[in-house]
Amino acid sequence: MAVGKEIKTKIASVQSTQKITRAMEMVAASKMRKTQERVLAARPYAKKMAQVIRHLAQARSEYKHPYLAERDVKRVGVLLVSSDRGLCGGLNSNLFRKFVKQLKVWDDEGIEVVMASIGSKGEGFLGRLGGNVNGSVTHLGESPSLEDIIGVVKGMLNEYDEGNIDRFYIAHNDYVNTMTQSPEIMQLLPVVAEELDDQLTHHWDYIYEPDAQDVLDQLLIRYIESLVYQGVLENNACEQAARMVAMKSASDNAGELIDELQLIYNKARQASITQELSEIVAGAAAV
Amino acid sequence: MSMTIHVDIVSAEEEIYSGLVEMVYAPALMGEVGIAPRHTQLVTRLKAGEVRLDTGTEELSFFVSGGILEVQPHIVTVLSDTAIRADDLDEAKALAAKKKAEDALADKSANIDFAKAQAELAEAAAQLQAISRLRKTR
Repeated sequence: MAVGKEIKTKIASVQSTQKITRAMEMVAASKMRKTQERVLAARPYAKKMAQVIRHLAQARSEYKHPYLAERDVKRVGVLLVSSDRGLCGGLNSNLFRKFVKQLKVWDDEGIEVVMASIGSKGEGFLGRLGGNVNGSVTHLGESPSLEDIIGVVKGMLNEYDEGNIDRFYIAHNDYVNTMTQSPEIMQLLPVVAEELDDQLTHHWDYIYEPDAQDVLDQLLIRYIESLVYQGVLENNACEQAARMVAMKSASDNAGELIDELQLIYNKARQASITQELSEIVAGAAAV
Repeated sequence: MSMTIHVDIVSAEEEIYSGLVEMVYAPALMGEVGIAPRHTQLVTRLKAGEVRLDTGTEELSFFVSGGILEVQPHIVTVLSDTAIRADDLDEAKALAAKKKAEDALADKSANIDFAKAQAELAEAAAQLQAISRLRKTR
């Protein structure tokens, strides 16, 4: 029964792999729920922030903030948001592919790119890619706080302030639903004003305390940070969803593999029994 | 019925309060401001302290570590910070992020930042003040 034993060990090993993938699937499923809640919890802030920015775009202010003004694009900055861990299907690679495609477009137009990353997969990728990397932050965990991303965003904003980049983008995965995550590249700077509020079409302006520049600086920095934060949260939800799906299919594949091995084992066992029987019968006939 | 104004207090991580109140008091950078309904448009920075809401029947109090206050005649928005902020502190974080990118593998030594300590101190003081106020009113 030497053959049978070998197959048995193989089945056991696949089974233990399946146990792991199934556990990971369930962990990802429960984490996914939490990350989705976090995305929803952060939404009011983003919404309110967008509303304030919209109002601001309508105020007839004497001071024009550089974050609101378009300029000629010679260099751009991109912040790449990725997961810290692997085993989440094609999530990161899809994003990286889109990212590289965009890099190619910019390269063709003669636009230089300054990059920064959030998440260790992105850090590793940019490291391999080479080029001008401005900042990186990793291991934000499942409940990232806004505080963690301030540094990397500030680095990019500094570049913008100094005129080293003329546009600032974020590349992250957008959470559509559990099965679908779509990689997106979105413009953060200059700020793109959305639809306007009709109630505020008359001529008015804010009272700024202490002064317009200071308040707008702070406000717009927070706006950008909130967008990046939202992106990170979305990417987190995507990661868990993608992992859950990937682990589910891995568990299913392991199940199929076990079935096949079991079939082979049964056949081998049957064959050896038949062989023994015929040997006994042949032996008895010989006597 | 007296006049009311809609207030939203939000932080990056959650919604804190949303509802109608008669009066809003907030710790603006240049001193505490009181916002009554139909106040003129105003944006200001907030420092660490407490935002108080007078709903007519009770007084609610929320601690903020800083943020932005936007006032429109019928709506007040408090964008509260969850992080401790200071210009040089943000700068330090930016440098840290840059350094991390530069030597993704080499570990960096942690040295205490004075600006951070100071901001933390200011926050702690404001927190204590808010707590003692709450104790008094009870």
